Amino acid sequence: MKTKLLTALLLGTSIIGTTGIALAEDVTLNIESWRGDDLTIWKDKLIPAFEAKNPGIKVVFAPSAPTEYDAALGAKLAAGSAGDLITCRPFDKSLELFKKGNLADISSLPGMDNFSPVAKAAWQTDDGKSSFCVPMASVIHGFIYNKDAFDKLGLKVPTTNEEFYAVLDKIKADGTYIPMAMGTKDLWEAATMGYQNIGPNYWKGEEGRQALIKGEQKLTDPQWVAPFKELAKWKPYLGDGFEAQTYPDSQNLFTLGRAAIYPAGSWEIGLFNTQAQFKMGAFPPPVQKAGDTCYISDHTDIGMGLNAASKHPEEAKKFLSWVASPDFATIYANALPGFFSLNSTPVKMADPLAQEFVSWRGKCKSTIRSTYQILSRGTPNLENETWVESANVINGTDTPEAAAKKLQTGLDSWYKPAK
Amino acid sequence: MDTETMAEETRPKRPIRWHVGVFLAPAVLVYTAIMILPLFGTLQLSLFRNIEQHQVFVGLGNFGTLFGDPNWSVNFWNALRNNVWFFIIHMLVQNPIGILLAALLSSPRLRFAAFYRTAIFVPTILSFVIVGFAWKLILSPIWGVAPHLMDFVGLKSFFTAWLGKEQYALTALSLVSVWQFVGIPMMLIYAALLSIPDEVIEAAECDGVTGMAQFWKIKLPLILPSIGIISILTFVGNFNAFDLIYTAQGALAGPNYSTDILGTFLYRAFFGFQLQVGDPNMGAAIATIMFLIILGGVCVYLFLVQTRLRRYQF
Amino acid sequence: MSTATRSLPRTIGAHAILLTYTVIALFPVILVIVNSFKSRAGIFGAPLTPPTPKTFDLIGYTTVFGQGDFFHYFQNSLVVTVASLFFVLLFGAMAAFALSEYRFRGNTLMGLYLALGIMIPIRLGTVAILQLMVATGLVNTLTALILVYTAQGLPLAIFILSEFMKQVSDDLKNAGRIDGLSEYTIFFRLVLPLVRPAMATVAVFTMIPIWNDLWFPLILAPSEETKTVTLGAQLFLGQFVTNWNAILAALSLAILPVLILYVIFSRQLIRGITSGAVK
Repeated sequence: MKTKLLTALLLGTSIIGTTGIALAEDVTLNIESWRGDDLTIWKDKLIPAFEAKNPGIKVVFAPSAPTEYDAALGAKLAAGSAGDLITCRPFDKSLELFKKGNLADISSLPGMDNFSPVAKAAWQTDDGKSSFCVPMASVIHGFIYNKDAFDKLGLKVPTTNEEFYAVLDKIKADGTYIPMAMGTKDLWEAATMGYQNIGPNYWKGEEGRQALIKGEQKLTDPQWVAPFKELAKWKPYLGDGFEAQTYPDSQNLFTLGRAAIYPAGSWEIGLFNTQAQFKMGAFPPPVQKAGDTCYISDHTDIGMGLNAASKHPEEAKKFLSWVASPDFATIYANALPGFFSLNSTPVKMADPLAQEFVSWRGKCKSTIRSTYQILSRGTPNLENETWVESANVINGTDTPEAAAKKLQTGLDSWYKPAK
Repeated sequence: MDTETMAEETRPKRPIRWHVGVFLAPAVLVYTAIMILPLFGTLQLSLFRNIEQHQVFVGLGNFGTLFGDPNWSVNFWNALRNNVWFFIIHMLVQNPIGILLAALLSSPRLRFAAFYRTAIFVPTILSFVIVGFAWKLILSPIWGVAPHLMDFVGLKSFFTAWLGKEQYALTALSLVSVWQFVGIPMMLIYAALLSIPDEVIEAAECDGVTGMAQFWKIKLPLILPSIGIISILTFVGNFNAFDLIYTAQGALAGPNYSTDILGTFLYRAFFGFQLQVGDPNMGAAIATIMFLIILGGVCVYLFLVQTRLRRYQF
Repeated sequence: MSTATRSLPRTIGAHAILLTYTVIALFPVILVIVNSFKSRAGIFGAPLTPPTPKTFDLIGYTTVFGQGDFFHYFQNSLVVTVASLFFVLLFGAMAAFALSEYRFRGNTLMGLYLALGIMIPIRLGTVAILQLMVATGLVNTLTALILVYTAQGLPLAIFILSEFMKQVSDDLKNAGRIDGLSEYTIFFRLVLPLVRPAMATVAVFTMIPIWNDLWFPLILAPSEETKTVTLGAQLFLGQFVTNWNAILAALSLAILPVLILYVIFSRQLIRGITSGAVK
């Protein structure tokens, strides 16, 4: 009885399924993404703009939650039910998908020449010969501050470390505001907004990052321990119970006007604009001494690739070419202030805070997060460990030296730099 | 189908008992096709390793890595230790509270029993998403619900950021889990207590056994099989637990892996996390070990405990 | 009937304990619901006070209803839950009866085999299950979910039910056999009514994880037409991480249907339990 029912059900649904496809005239492309936040922008702005120019192609943006995205996508790719277009995490995660044959080679895609080699590097094989995702945006780290609070307390935007701590001390002494809104509960805030934010000033951006990959520097070297030492000093300036403060807690603390400074990534701009009732400004991570060259983390964060198993590769490529176009860049960068286009054609942005962030590209040297390329390929995973250790250092449960040593030991256990 | 032929062999004189097969078939079919085959398909991955995109047979090599390579073994033992603690708290807190509540609820002519029963079971029906979120808010030092309440009873100084401190986080989460699941032992024991026939209780009362003594001497022995069930269910549930830790602390089970249990450890290994690429082979090895641990516990229950429990048919 | 005379202090004591625990059990839920009716500043400023005219705000609910078709998601959840529940109870009770009633070689082994499923998280079989569903064209159908949940619910149902079925009196069944009833009639007419309390308990235990599951809807049926309430709420959480009005409203809305279902069900559950006991 059961088997009959089962067969009937299986048959019934598959018939409905196939006729459904046979009748459809338009080609429908599905986009896999972890950016649930962008759903309305895709629905209302980006997709209509594309569909207007490309009749016969329908695009559906189908995001899943960031925490489940990679696992769910992996399962769907393995079973062959994933969408046509895949939003790409930078570096190894996508490289792995490419190696498995899940992402198609799109090196020759029309529009790829709109991007500089640096922009493309996050989605290329190690030899740089094949590209597998169209770069979409990068994000820049820095600090966003409450301008009203700064004015009220008569504070000047800090440029050096000394000034930075002087400002924090003043806010703390005044007592109206929590000096800095950051928690260690979610771990990644400590690593991303802390370590990767201020770090490049110490390890000199690309210079240090490349040397680490080549094995010429070690995480236990002073320039790599120094950011941890700074983080350890942050503890007294964070809110009560910061150990259990989550990322949304921090965002709310700042946008409700209870904290003065927010160690940030530029992706916060859009949200903060809608939620904060006060004026905001931004400053790059302070340098050690006045006159030092400043370095910023300008991290290639998001791209889009083609599912190699897509049933509509031609239409999907058309869409990707459009993603690579300046048109897309303009809509995207303005709809999502803080996600900076990687397109070589300069994009005009209206948002003042976003302009402030992007202006640092002119003054400072750009780099990407130190743990992303190559170094997080093995076990233990350097990125994960950096999250854990950054939180430990701020919590005071590990000294900066001990944290650095743990990271280096973990890295040494599997990573043998090419000599 | 096997069962019929087996039955035939056992009692050759009897006709084939088709009904045994009919009773078993639907469950066995669905269960085997959708659950067992996929699961063992996954578990056998533990004997392979991905080398240059090819699955290569490595025997027990992955288990060697899991126990021999400190990069894996340290995390594994940490997760196992945490899991044992998680289980101990459930056994010591959840099950006694569940039995106590059931005993109180089952006392005859208790007013509002229906209300209590319904209310206490409410947390059990909530999804982990809700439980994780609600408790994070309550325990959050910024939102201030817990500090407020503790201030109310003069215990403010005992408040700390529990979920953020290595020494408290796991215990705090275990208690949240107890809060969520106490309804299950309560309901099972309640059903068991209610099915004790009135005659038994009346006879006890005639002999002057009432109140606490009645519970300990008459009812408890009668509900022992049910206590056995809830213990084994707690054991299995705890060693498979994942969702609460994941929704409350994230896949890295912070701070400093202090809330990492086997479920979260397995998830990270199998599906990967952030830049960490998932390793189905190592994941399957961990899953196999988890399976063996749980299988061991269930066997102890089935062969040592269950067969010795006295069952009473009413 | 029991003639116990209960002393007053003991009754008060019992009520005190039950009441305390009830408060502990309901407090977080009430907190979520109460705050969902407040403005953002109200939520943060005074989380413990009920909404006042100053802090009362329905913005959370407006946001939720502006997004996605929660009513449709709710229907999907209901179909999946009820159908899976039906199959789990029917097949589970049948198998449990076979295991507890008949002695045949391999009985214990079969029991252990059917219990294997509670020892490994079914999530691990994801890729194989998904491949199966892709092969049969069941991806993005509710049938896929019902099949998986039926398989997932069976082991626990069989485990609990067979324990209860062992307690059903042999005399009764043998009397039925002497009267010439078939084994099927004995099962459906005599045994099933007697294990109603256990069936109700299993029903509740099976229902909860199905209703609240996030993983399989995400993998097997993520399309707009087949989305379940829990998946809808989770996506919503991802989209509005910092919009606590909306989150609390969405959570309240996700709590409500299960709560109503449970309250309806709990009547049946208790009726089942008591009728079984009185027999």
